[in-house]
Amino acid sequence: MNAIRNGFASHAPAWGAWVVLLLLLVGYFAVHPRGLTIDSASIWSNQVTALAFVAIGQAIVVFTRGLDLSIGAILALTNCLASTLVSGTPLEIAFGVAAVIGAGAACGLINGFVVVFGRIQAIIATIATGAVFTGIALLIRPIPGGSVDEGLSDILTYDIFHLVPSSLVLLAIVTMIVWSPIRCGLLGRTIIAAGSHVQSAYMSGLPVHRARIVAFVLAGIFASFGGLFLGLQTLSGDANSGIPYTLNSIAAVVLGGVPLSGGAGSVLGVFAGAAIIRTLGGLLFFTGISPLAQPFIQGAILGIAVAASALRLLRTRNQLEVFR
Amino acid sequence: MDENAYLTLNGVSKEYGGIAALKDVNFEARRGSIHAILGENGAGKSTLIKTLAGVVRADKGTIRLDGQMLAFRSPAEATAAGIVTIFQELSVVPHLTVAENICLVDPPRSRFGLIDRRAQRRRAAKALAAIGCEPIDPDRRCLDLPLPKRQIVEIAKAVALDPKVLILDEATSALTETDVRHVLEFLLRLKRSGTTILYISHRMREIQEIADRCSVFRNGEHIATFDAGTRSEDDIVRMMIGRPIAQIYPPKPQRSRCGDPLLRVRDLCWESRLRNIHFDLRAGEIVGLGGLDGQGQRELLLALFGVLRGTTGTISIAGEKKAPSGPGRAKWAPYHIALIPEDRKTEGLFLDLSIAENLAIGNIEHLTRGGFIDADAEAAMTQRLMQDLQIKAPKLAQPVSTLSGGNQQKVVIAKWLAISPRILLLLDPTRGIDVGTKQQIYALFRRLAAEGMAILYYSTDYDELIGLCDEVHVLYQGRIAATLAADAMTESAILAAAMGNANVGVCKRSAA
Amino acid sequence: MTAIVGSPNAPARIVFISTLLLLIVTGLYLPQFFSARYLLQQLHTAAFLGIVAAGAMLVILLGHIDLSVPWTMTVAATFSTAFVSAMGNGGIGELGVVLGLGIGAAMGLINGLGVAVLRIPSMIWTLAVDTIARGICVYYTGQYIVKSQPDSLMLWAGQGKLFDSVSMTVVLWGAISLIITVLLRRTLFGRYIYPVGTNETAAYLSGLPTRRVVVAAFVASGMCSALAGLTLAGYANQAYQNMGEPYLLPGIAAVVLGGTSIDGGRGRYSGTVAGVLLITLVGSILSVLQVPEAIRQIIYGLIILAMLSFYSRR
Repeated sequence: MNAIRNGFASHAPAWGAWVVLLLLLVGYFAVHPRGLTIDSASIWSNQVTALAFVAIGQAIVVFTRGLDLSIGAILALTNCLASTLVSGTPLEIAFGVAAVIGAGAACGLINGFVVVFGRIQAIIATIATGAVFTGIALLIRPIPGGSVDEGLSDILTYDIFHLVPSSLVLLAIVTMIVWSPIRCGLLGRTIIAAGSHVQSAYMSGLPVHRARIVAFVLAGIFASFGGLFLGLQTLSGDANSGIPYTLNSIAAVVLGGVPLSGGAGSVLGVFAGAAIIRTLGGLLFFTGISPLAQPFIQGAILGIAVAASALRLLRTRNQLEVFR
Repeated sequence: MDENAYLTLNGVSKEYGGIAALKDVNFEARRGSIHAILGENGAGKSTLIKTLAGVVRADKGTIRLDGQMLAFRSPAEATAAGIVTIFQELSVVPHLTVAENICLVDPPRSRFGLIDRRAQRRRAAKALAAIGCEPIDPDRRCLDLPLPKRQIVEIAKAVALDPKVLILDEATSALTETDVRHVLEFLLRLKRSGTTILYISHRMREIQEIADRCSVFRNGEHIATFDAGTRSEDDIVRMMIGRPIAQIYPPKPQRSRCGDPLLRVRDLCWESRLRNIHFDLRAGEIVGLGGLDGQGQRELLLALFGVLRGTTGTISIAGEKKAPSGPGRAKWAPYHIALIPEDRKTEGLFLDLSIAENLAIGNIEHLTRGGFIDADAEAAMTQRLMQDLQIKAPKLAQPVSTLSGGNQQKVVIAKWLAISPRILLLLDPTRGIDVGTKQQIYALFRRLAAEGMAILYYSTDYDELIGLCDEVHVLYQGRIAATLAADAMTESAILAAAMGNANVGVCKRSAA
Repeated sequence: MTAIVGSPNAPARIVFISTLLLLIVTGLYLPQFFSARYLLQQLHTAAFLGIVAAGAMLVILLGHIDLSVPWTMTVAATFSTAFVSAMGNGGIGELGVVLGLGIGAAMGLINGLGVAVLRIPSMIWTLAVDTIARGICVYYTGQYIVKSQPDSLMLWAGQGKLFDSVSMTVVLWGAISLIITVLLRRTLFGRYIYPVGTNETAAYLSGLPTRRVVVAAFVASGMCSALAGLTLAGYANQAYQNMGEPYLLPGIAAVVLGGTSIDGGRGRYSGTVAGVLLITLVGSILSVLQVPEAIRQIIYGLIILAMLSFYSRR
């Protein structure tokens, strides 16, 4: 019982995000011309998935108190790669998918090495690697185009037995296979410890360097799934597609209750954060609010949400606490 | 060589930037014994511990465990070799639970290699039970635990590793008296089961209770090792500091009780940490705050400095009825209050900045001319401060991080003296400082008091409170449990008051 | 070598030397690089980034980051040029400049208050502010037909020349640089900014006005962004969407390349100037060589990585 109570307290921000998401979903499907059907749910899910992948990847790096500003570029790079490789015979498609994910992992590995062994702060290191990855994406696909196998696209962008959107299933499966084993092992613990109190982690002998590198690799892998999925949606590759994803992933992470200082948070909350961003956009679209006003409303809501969560901190009576 | 020796160090030396921290140390500890290590700060104890813990590597010399030569390059390797160290700075990961911290590096695994949370909880509970303190919920995040409980978790974490050699570096400093009892009894049990224990502490009572052998270090050298109880406390102290204790503290003047108090505190309350605090502070006094850790001493000083919000009661300083609204206000008129914080590295100094910049930042507002900084005035002031406090540094432009702990603390004090404070608040200022510098600082405080400053001094060292202060307020659970002065200021009296025993002699002041 | 590498001025010196070497080497292959006209042209291009980087540096010195640069620039430029155009020929166009700078200051104030008082991480708060600014701009320019007309002051700043050769933008950059240098070296603000950036807790306990310092830095950054936007609008004869985007990441890169630590507490302004020059020079060399965008991005990233890994070895 205590475990549940303790778990609840530490995950309260994520619960908050889910409550907000559910409210938004009620509104969204209420105004949707077709209401809540499996088709509209799948379309909704498809819009969320790519950002959710990227946001989860970002969250893993944020857990270590780091930041990956190249994650949008990795998405773009893998998206362009997918538009080149993921077509042809089933074997070629399988190879293509593997190559895309491998490329994402390789990008993450580069990030990890630069930050850990190059001893360059993550923010500026990933700005630089992001430029490199964008350049490579442009080399692969200078002009948007290419093609992605439509069969695979159909499988992953529709639904399974008319019950649940395939993209959600994909998201769940990938997260469970890639993140959960690590989360429940020593590396996952080290990832959290590195963000919580890296000094203690070192002194205790935890493999901090390895954990930080793995965090970046996982971010690259999740970003590559995002890039792959985007390719399945658009059936093409675009080297500039990554730009909004980086900053949106940070917003999703924060909305999902993950502190940018690391050490805490859950990917379920982050999914809710990503979904909030996308659902809000869709909701504004369907309510017929002028498209001109939408960026403002989205920005305003992000600002209010972030400011509101900060107000909790202000109740502290010892002014030294705010600096910790 | 002692044939019972289990852990042996031969010729171990370590230098830091030309200064020898350990000089050719030969040391032995027996299996199944509790070996106390004594020495002032700067004596080499912490370097010795760090060498054994794998945090630093000795420049010369060998370490042997049961005859086997050891060489480790990291704390993980030291732990693997069976030497586990509990440091003063906790290595608890705040966002993880108690159980996760106790089984941090080598948790029990399930079939698939994942961490088995139930086995982990059991192992944690077992370690906690072995120590015997009040039960702690293994599923609570350490973030939510108070400091004393976190220290227990730290001890349990070391215990769970089943060490051959367990090193405790001031590991009981934050514990409540009952928990200290439990820990000491636990260490005796551990010793009987064959573990070698190295116990570093400056609390002589604890050492007298559990140690079998004692070793004294001074200036990086191993001075002597003897069976516990074979030397008097004075002898030991003389070995530790190389001169009789009486000379450390400056003489105290006869106190006159006339004159208005500079500071009057009445019914001060804050959250549940301060309860109806009531005292006066007069110019020329050095008043100590004593008691166990965490009884409100820090909060009291922070409240006076304006860091706490929501205090009730009155704080009268120089005609004002309230505490200042923050350090930025407390510094200047009408308050003129300075606070020397507890942790100089994180709260008192800007390690990356130069000594000059650190010295000047306290009073920089008064070094301007026409809106711009007057570089000459600044240089003159920093030179003066360096001289007044005898801070030893080849160049003022070098980063303050290159100074020794004692000199760093002098920089912090100097920075504050530049504003000519009337009230000086100190949070354990001599922690981790060598004896020579301590002496200088004590003399400085006495001089400042003689010039009219009022000093409020929180210390965890009873000797220091007795030696330096004119009177001591002992806090217990946020209240002043007792006020002791002159002859009534003894260690046993302070201790009794610290534990809540209110029947201690109160307010026996010497005649004017 | 140690004398060059070890001191706090080292990054600035390294970058200046690299820029010079680069210029010389390129000049050997492409002699037109050495013409005064070309160099002055480069300075002019660099000046816009330089003004942005000056403000960005103050924020980065505090360990924060200002992601609202792009849309602060755009909003300031858009609204001030719209105002000028609405005033028509009879009005005082200079009020448009005041309006633009006021917008920059206001946005900086919002940024600063959120970070200093509400303690919201600067990355997410300035991002939110940037998004809101974008929203305001998009709505306004979409809803109303906005004529963009820069005021004569802006035109002068963007297109004017001193002594018929040195562009006024460069002069403006020089003036800003002078102000920033004096600010950092000789004023209280300059003495506060480094301690607050390196250890805010100690700064607070030492009695420094930490919140005011943070707010002031963000206001300065906002005003620099606005100024750059107004000048750019003067140069391009109008304000345009996305005008600010090319200045955010290069601005941060220039500051960091110049030796300012992204964690705050360390850095000289001369380094920032050097970083701006290097980035601009590399950009125009790649442009003259007609290197495709892809390679440009890669080279840009690799240069930053190379420089920073060299700094971290010090």
